[in-house]
Amino acid sequence: MGKMIELRNVCKNYSIGKEVIHALDHASLVINEGEFVSIIGPSGSGKSTLMNIIGCLDIADEGDYILDGIPIEDYTEDELADIRNEKIGFVFQNFNLISKLTAEENVELPLIYHKIKRGERDKRVEEALKRVGLEQRATHYPTELSGGQQQRVAIARALATKPSLILADEPTGNLDSQTTIEIMELFRDLHKQGNTIVLITHDNNVAMQAERSINILDGRLTEVAR
Amino acid sequence: MQTLRMALKSIGSNKLRALLTMLGIIIGVMALVILVSLVKGATGSVTDSISDLGSNMLTVTVSDNKGNPVGLDDLVTWMADPKIGEAACYSKESMTAKYSGTSETADVYGISPYYDKIQALNLLLGRFIKSSDVTNHTYVCVINETMATELIGYTDCIGQEISLGGVKFTVVGIIEDSDTSLTRAFSKDSYVAYIPYTSLVRMSDSLTLEVTSFYISAPENGSMTEAEDRMTQILMARFEDDDDAFSVSKQDALESTMSSVTSALTILLGGIAAISLIVGGIGIMNIMLVTVTERTREIGIRKAIGARKRYIMRQFLLEAVVLCMMGCAIGIALSWVTLKVIGIVVSSLSISFNMDITVILIAVGFCFLIGVIFGLYPANKAANMKPIDALHYGG
Repeated sequence: MGKMIELRNVCKNYSIGKEVIHALDHASLVINEGEFVSIIGPSGSGKSTLMNIIGCLDIADEGDYILDGIPIEDYTEDELADIRNEKIGFVFQNFNLISKLTAEENVELPLIYHKIKRGERDKRVEEALKRVGLEQRATHYPTELSGGQQQRVAIARALATKPSLILADEPTGNLDSQTTIEIMELFRDLHKQGNTIVLITHDNNVAMQAERSINILDGRLTEVAR
Repeated sequence: MQTLRMALKSIGSNKLRALLTMLGIIIGVMALVILVSLVKGATGSVTDSISDLGSNMLTVTVSDNKGNPVGLDDLVTWMADPKIGEAACYSKESMTAKYSGTSETADVYGISPYYDKIQALNLLLGRFIKSSDVTNHTYVCVINETMATELIGYTDCIGQEISLGGVKFTVVGIIEDSDTSLTRAFSKDSYVAYIPYTSLVRMSDSLTLEVTSFYISAPENGSMTEAEDRMTQILMARFEDDDDAFSVSKQDALESTMSSVTSALTILLGGIAAISLIVGGIGIMNIMLVTVTERTREIGIRKAIGARKRYIMRQFLLEAVVLCMMGCAIGIALSWVTLKVIGIVVSSLSISFNMDITVILIAVGFCFLIGVIFGLYPANKAANMKPIDALHYGG
């Protein structure tokens, strides 16, 4: 099985005034294809920074990051946009759906950016919505859906481009416990179907549902022994 | 296509705001279209009646003689050309006319013979200025009916002596007052005297024997166009093929003044309307900036899932342009209605206020430009947002 994600001594520093914060301090990590990995850590631990770097939303100051065989270096913003579009499916805590667009239009959006033809697009949207069990709600707007349903739409959107990696940032943070169970079930299903999933959370119970957990504290990564 | 649909959707999602934003453009377009159409309609009817009055002659002006000035003898030579009818030069000055204690200001035209024919002057009594008068610069004059009756006191005044600019002239002819000729239609109530061109040259400090402006007419049964072409040809040969040295125009001086006045008026009013369009454009920019800020989160999402800069740019730019064009369309529609209403209200004036296609095209083009210019900055601002910052904006 190939390496999906490889971080080697990645550092990321922020300076607030004169103080320099080491958000990531020589972080190294390998995640293989088809793995379901959770990254767990309290707030301020560098979780978000790690997520931004893995998600190609930001570039590391030092060290190497190789995503699906592509070294992510100083690409231009547009090149990073293309990589995100092609390789990564994002699932966010607050769903981040565009409220003016219906469920199917939200799912369609990354496919439009990927310049996929209309017929193929419609097929993939339908497929993705079916997979999260929301084919009946295709024409609903986000405000007409429950939190769990919105997160399902977001997952469908992440799946639509058939990405190498699904990157979920606190996907259950805004959901009640029952819905959390449903969404986690969905993630496990997706994992069984062969998707590589990285889930970032502060919730131990959620993290334990992954195959493997990695702890992050003060920008340093440690494997959680099970 | 996809982008257009999104732009329409986003405009549609806040109709009141969109309408208020468009209001600036709507008013600007209405001002532009209505004002320019009104000016064009009004002057159109005036120019029509003017050109009815004097369309059987050409006005020639020489601005640069290239060391080869046109003389009175040249006019005679050109008249021999089969494609040219008569040619007559003229120069106008204002002078004091006196007759036994009465004193009035008169327009004195120094002319060469045939001027009466070209201008279609009707002789009431006596004779007109002849070639011999011009050659010998005699002090004879032909005056109009108004001048005869008002200055001298009676019409039958052939042989009387009047003073023009301090020089004594003998009246040899009286011209009938009529309003069919263009020049006199506007000088019906004024005093007009015609004297030999050479005599005017003698009296004037600035005037020389060089002819700088003259009229020509087409020969009987000849065409004006042919006469115009022939005259242009002759003058091109004379002035080293420089068509800036002279002008041959069908329009009479008055008509061209008229048209320059109206075009100045059109530009003035159009300019004022354009200013209001620019103000409308600033309104669009303002709202677009607000929209960009409001939708920071959306921009972040779009960027996160793979929208390139160009796509975001296009989306917001298109929104601004669509907003402008919608305002433009509404403005044009409302102007059409307004012009119809004005047309009904002033139907008695027999002036047609039609929408001018050029104005519409200008309005559409201008609106498009404004949309692009004022949309560019907000769109650029949106496109250059950093995805992480945008995603975490406001929570």
